[in-house]
Amino acid sequence: MANFFLDNKDLQYHLEHPLMRKIVELKERNFSEKALYDYAPQNFEDAMDSYRRVMEIVGSVCGDVIAPNAEGVDKEGPRVENDRVIYASGTVENMKAVNAAGLSGLTLPRRFKGLNFPLLCFVMANEMVSRADASFENIWGLQDCAETLNEFASEEQKMKYLTWVSEGATCAMDLTEPDAGSDLGAVMLKATWSEERQTWLLNGVKRFITNGDGDVSLVLARTEEGTKDARGLSMLVYDKRNGGMKVRRIENKLGIKGSPTCELVFTDAPAELVGDRKMGLIKYVMSLMNAARLGIGAQSVGLCEAAYREALKYAHERQQFGKDIIKFPAISEMLTNMRARLRGARALLYETSRFVEIYKQYTHISHERSLESEERQEMKFYNRLADGFTPLVKLFASEYANSLAYDAIQIHGGSGFMKDYACERLYRDARIMNIYEGTSQLQVVAAINAVTKGTFMEQISRYEQQEYSEAMQPVVEKLKALRTRVEAMVARVEEISKEAAQFKDFHARRLVESVGHIIITYLLAHQASEVEEYAADAKVFAKLAEAYIIGAEAYVMNSTADDVALISQVQEQF
Amino acid sequence: MDKALKIVVLAKQVPDTRNVGKDAMTPEGTVNRAALPAIFNPEDLNALELALRLKEECVGSTVHILTMGPFRAADIIRDAMFRGADGGYLLTDRKFAGSDTLATSYALSCALKKIGADVIIAGRQAIDGDTAQVGPQVAEKLGLPQVTYAEQIEQVKESSMIIRRRLERGVESVECPIPAVITVNSSAPEVRPQNARLVMKYKYAMIPTEVAADAESLAAKMVAEHDYLKIVELTVNDIVCDEQQLGLTGSPTKVKKIENVVFQSKEAKRLNSSDEDINNLMVELIASHTLG
Repeated sequence: MANFFLDNKDLQYHLEHPLMRKIVELKERNFSEKALYDYAPQNFEDAMDSYRRVMEIVGSVCGDVIAPNAEGVDKEGPRVENDRVIYASGTVENMKAVNAAGLSGLTLPRRFKGLNFPLLCFVMANEMVSRADASFENIWGLQDCAETLNEFASEEQKMKYLTWVSEGATCAMDLTEPDAGSDLGAVMLKATWSEERQTWLLNGVKRFITNGDGDVSLVLARTEEGTKDARGLSMLVYDKRNGGMKVRRIENKLGIKGSPTCELVFTDAPAELVGDRKMGLIKYVMSLMNAARLGIGAQSVGLCEAAYREALKYAHERQQFGKDIIKFPAISEMLTNMRARLRGARALLYETSRFVEIYKQYTHISHERSLESEERQEMKFYNRLADGFTPLVKLFASEYANSLAYDAIQIHGGSGFMKDYACERLYRDARIMNIYEGTSQLQVVAAINAVTKGTFMEQISRYEQQEYSEAMQPVVEKLKALRTRVEAMVARVEEISKEAAQFKDFHARRLVESVGHIIITYLLAHQASEVEEYAADAKVFAKLAEAYIIGAEAYVMNSTADDVALISQVQEQF
Repeated sequence: MDKALKIVVLAKQVPDTRNVGKDAMTPEGTVNRAALPAIFNPEDLNALELALRLKEECVGSTVHILTMGPFRAADIIRDAMFRGADGGYLLTDRKFAGSDTLATSYALSCALKKIGADVIIAGRQAIDGDTAQVGPQVAEKLGLPQVTYAEQIEQVKESSMIIRRRLERGVESVECPIPAVITVNSSAPEVRPQNARLVMKYKYAMIPTEVAADAESLAAKMVAEHDYLKIVELTVNDIVCDEQQLGLTGSPTKVKKIENVVFQSKEAKRLNSSDEDINNLMVELIASHTLG
């Protein structure tokens, strides 16, 4: 009778943020649907009450169904029969449970049978599902594709596909091809208009497609014959019931084994164009990717939670030299750092979710009516923050998922290396998180402008101006000093990169991570000012931040343009 | 199947005896209800699941919960509605207090006569009393056929059902006429989870007493506006019954004595699989009257 929401006070804390009032107001448009739907909220408190109740349902399905199935799903995995994916039996059970619980279409509008919940609740649900089984999060979390349709598809398409997703249809986003991974502009799968059938027809191959045999697929395809770059790509929606797509094989992976990673062959598969031609990669996939990155952030934090809990439990159970190993400073320090990183990553995750949410809601409202100038400004404000914070949370959370899974095994010692404990699966599952939906290296590329163009520093100033408790003053003072040092690092990199362009790329990660450490510490200090229990996490994370930044500073401040040549030497080596 | 059935699930709110702590029993030897969380009796959840499946199969059917207990027992009716039940009846009155199985089944059968039902489904037994008597007694009092130890309703026909029973050494399928009483084992399918939309729709469902306790609340206003949020509250005055057969006066069961059984582990004895050791063991068990 485990409940992954009720047993997690940190999650409950993040559901009760002051910005929720604004988010609910935007999402519910003055509670105008209360007379239309028997499950629509009457007011703010009513909406919050519903969120809590539904998160509790998610927590119960995760604790009672998905988590107990995880080991079996990892072992059994999906398979291909007659060109179709057959899920592991545990995955089928999970799917049945989430559908019975009505957890599909969580964020979609009610007129498409959705629950119209804030994105933050969806992120939270994803986090819980991932803690239970990261591989199932891949499948369930892909319902987020419907949000992209909700933003860009026609009303007719929305009615068809969004309603279906709310009823439990699964999704896939078909982007990657054998020769187009990080470089999606190279996508070759062809979409041609058939006068005869009055439809677009897809022909070609997609690779590494998560849940590729899902019911609804968003396919990035080349509609403009003869083009070779991003400008010839469009987005199409494919309905599996129409046929024309076969699963050629599924990958045998290191981790998230329950999630089928498919190679797909399209042969005259009919599909509908979404939005405008040629905007596929430039506009729609960028939106899809940002949402997916937040999703991986949630998946990563969920895995951090699982890893921390496994490690903590074992450290209390295992005795060596006559005492529980948690009593040894070497172990308790690891666990303390794990908890600080877990809660830090989570703080960043929900901060980001709120930014994305507000900006997305204004976007939706702007489709209904023109925004007031104040609203437009606010939308722009949150859009900038969302664009900076999304790669930041993907970067930090996915790296932490790996380090926490690593530490969880370390605390288990030799037993952790065996298949007997869950930490071994967590370690394998985590490994993809800082790779897919953009590697950590690419998140740095996406975030570095927010470092050098002021977005992060302005936000840090806003954090500085907030009020903090007496106990947090030393932390805040430390952060102010660190900020000055990071600004000096940024200035130096900017200066030198004027002559050596690659100098900025070379140090970008150090800069992004330095700023990220400051932001996370501020978020934890803010939480600690509200809730005593976070004080230790804030203090510990401040130490980690300081240690990281001093290291990065030593590297950056002693680095010259010559270093670019130093790291380029290897390019000549074979 | 085009047969609309009125299905009533008999359910009980019970103290959660699965995680019993030190203070689970009072010094008098009765269950300390305050120390244990109140839950939906587990096998009644299995009964609810069978009822919901029956409802899905027989288009137009309804599922209602009938429970006897204090006001807070309305919680399990709401819980059932969150999983797909259409509504419920809380049988509540001081005059029901202290009922044993006989008085309980009498009260329930009187309520059922008022409510009317085609199929009555109950859990085999409650985890606080473990008697497995109430379901069968209700059937007797209503003069209905009963199928006990059920785990699945295999088929519904025009005027009968085929039901699979789980017995000690296997299963058997029996056919019984409708109306009937079915009691359900834990081997039946697990209950479905609460459904997000239903939770939001029914979260304000209440009995009149709960409404009266906070008449100005949003919940009270919602209940006034929507009939589907009204949980029926039945008192002794709402049913036709002989009050002598209710509560303590109607309960012949007397608890004579309660003993705390403490299992004391003694020193273990290791036996080999040799004939000699087994022989010695047999002799010892017969001598201590454990065997024979």
